[in-house]
Amino acid sequence: MEPILTRYIQESNSYTLDFFLKHEGYQGLRKALATQPNDIIEMVKASGLRGRGGAGFPTGMKFQFVDKKTPKPKYIACNADESEPGTFKDHVLMERNPHLLFEGCLIGCWAIGAKMAYIYIRGEFYHVQKVLESELAKAYAQGYAGRNVMGSGWDCDIVIHRGAGAYEAGEETALIESLEGKRAQPRIKPPFPAVQGLYDCPTAVNNVETLCNLPCIMINGAEWFAKLGPEKNGGPKLYCISGHVKKPGVYEASMNTTIKELIFDRAGGIREGHQLKAVIPGGSSVPILLPDQLDIPASFDSVQKAGSMLGSAGMIVMDETTCMVWAAMNLMHFYKHESCGKCTPCREGGDWLWKILARIERGEGQMRDLELLTSISNNIAGKTLCAFGDAEATPPLTTLKHFRGEYEAHIREGRCTVPADWRAKGVAEVAH
Amino acid sequence: MSFHPLMPYGSEGFQKSERTLMARGEPFAFTAERAAKLEDICSKYPPERRKSAVLAALYLVQEQQQYITASAMRHVAEFLRITPAEVEDVATYYVMFFKAPVGKYVLQVCRTLSCALAGAERVTETLSEKLGIGIGETDPSGMFTLLEFECLGACDRAPVVMVNNEHWHEKARPETCAKLVDDLRQRGLSALSGCHLKVEQ
Repeated sequence: MEPILTRYIQESNSYTLDFFLKHEGYQGLRKALATQPNDIIEMVKASGLRGRGGAGFPTGMKFQFVDKKTPKPKYIACNADESEPGTFKDHVLMERNPHLLFEGCLIGCWAIGAKMAYIYIRGEFYHVQKVLESELAKAYAQGYAGRNVMGSGWDCDIVIHRGAGAYEAGEETALIESLEGKRAQPRIKPPFPAVQGLYDCPTAVNNVETLCNLPCIMINGAEWFAKLGPEKNGGPKLYCISGHVKKPGVYEASMNTTIKELIFDRAGGIREGHQLKAVIPGGSSVPILLPDQLDIPASFDSVQKAGSMLGSAGMIVMDETTCMVWAAMNLMHFYKHESCGKCTPCREGGDWLWKILARIERGEGQMRDLELLTSISNNIAGKTLCAFGDAEATPPLTTLKHFRGEYEAHIREGRCTVPADWRAKGVAEVAH
Repeated sequence: MSFHPLMPYGSEGFQKSERTLMARGEPFAFTAERAAKLEDICSKYPPERRKSAVLAALYLVQEQQQYITASAMRHVAEFLRITPAEVEDVATYYVMFFKAPVGKYVLQVCRTLSCALAGAERVTETLSEKLGIGIGETDPSGMFTLLEFECLGACDRAPVVMVNNEHWHEKARPETCAKLVDDLRQRGLSALSGCHLKVEQ
């Protein structure tokens, strides 16, 4: 499949308005503005576009759920808080193709009857934000956003809102809380944002890549989009491949492509002289796949069938030098650090899990700790307000399932049995 | 008291809760220029929702005086017409706000899996040895603070070091970290490799 979203990202001026306009830029919006909003929602539904942020929820349904009859304003909140470990596709899209995102935001706003889109960008992407801001100013100056969009008489604003370092802000209700100037902590659902979101108004929260798909659906039609991939997994998909591969990067492909092809053909395979050990296929929150499980299409449905999830399509590849107890400990440090603290199982349990993993990794663990890890993990998963709890319980459970022998070896021998040369010499774990 | 029958809760440092209190600091008020900028940012939200600008306000505090103090939080609260507690609630939650003085260059090394697989632990270790400080500390000259950060979202260019919340250094190597510190001393931020997306595909 020819790249669609990232076709021009190698060109040095691909991010500019001039370049964008020369390559079908804002043509999707022009078409949208000549179409009834309801028809656009039907088109998005027919295209089968599913949210690219992680959950894979049908975007057309999300738009349809937005309460159209309310007298309140409606909003699009674009989730540009990309912080799932192993994920860096929105980073590339926003830096190299910002107008595509603006166009997507505007089409989304038109479809749900909103006049304002907030792009919530993570604080760490300040260099990307500067690109977005200068390009947005150009879009405003040339009438593609703001007053009287493309001469249609319709007004729509886009505001870029900078976060300040919180993984949890990527959860849709936590993102809304953060936009309102509070801690990024999830809300109780229902009500869902489509009914009561930002400022208690109906809000559609969409990932960057999701919105970037709207222009090509408008231009080429729903049927074309659906046919790009397997049934219910249509359209182009961006895959982020990192870890022990020769050519880490963002690769665009159809969801017919297998994980094996992505890792071995597109990303060049495992680094020289090493063998594949495990792959986390959809960002750190999903279960591990083993080397013999990779000959499957990298689609939402196929990966789920294989026992994992496509999630954000952030594939972290690990070779045989990776100690799986260490990998679980590393990810658990992330989760215990990022837990927002609202639900007790996640806040306390995450910290416990990390401390237990750290003591096993140090060689001070006991066999009963394995039972403890499982028990605590199972008491977090499904017992929290948002999906963070399930994500947090995944690293210990999935590594224990596939690599229990490594845990037992640590405990038996009192040391890490797979010390890699890329690890620190004095492994000093600092609790913070 | 234990939440879990097998957990020695409260006995082995398994208690997690902590509260950071910020110093009062010098009296604080935004410069006229920053106040105007913040007022402009407030105008992007509904008039009764000035609170939405609290993150922006705290970034401006940091731009003006490097870190957040109780006096500054009080000023922000007055500016946004919210309570100081609401500002503190936010300032203590987000990791990009510094709650104590930091060095001129804050080195924020990504520690999460993809960067760690590419040697981030050794980058941190080398920086720590070169600067003679631990994680979370500032060197005696007040030039550098060393921090670990969680996934920065550039895993294909690992390991990544962010500097002062804004500037990027990609593909950091343990072998060249000592030189990076020297270069930062001499040339300032131009020593960083920046964020470039020339992906070799």
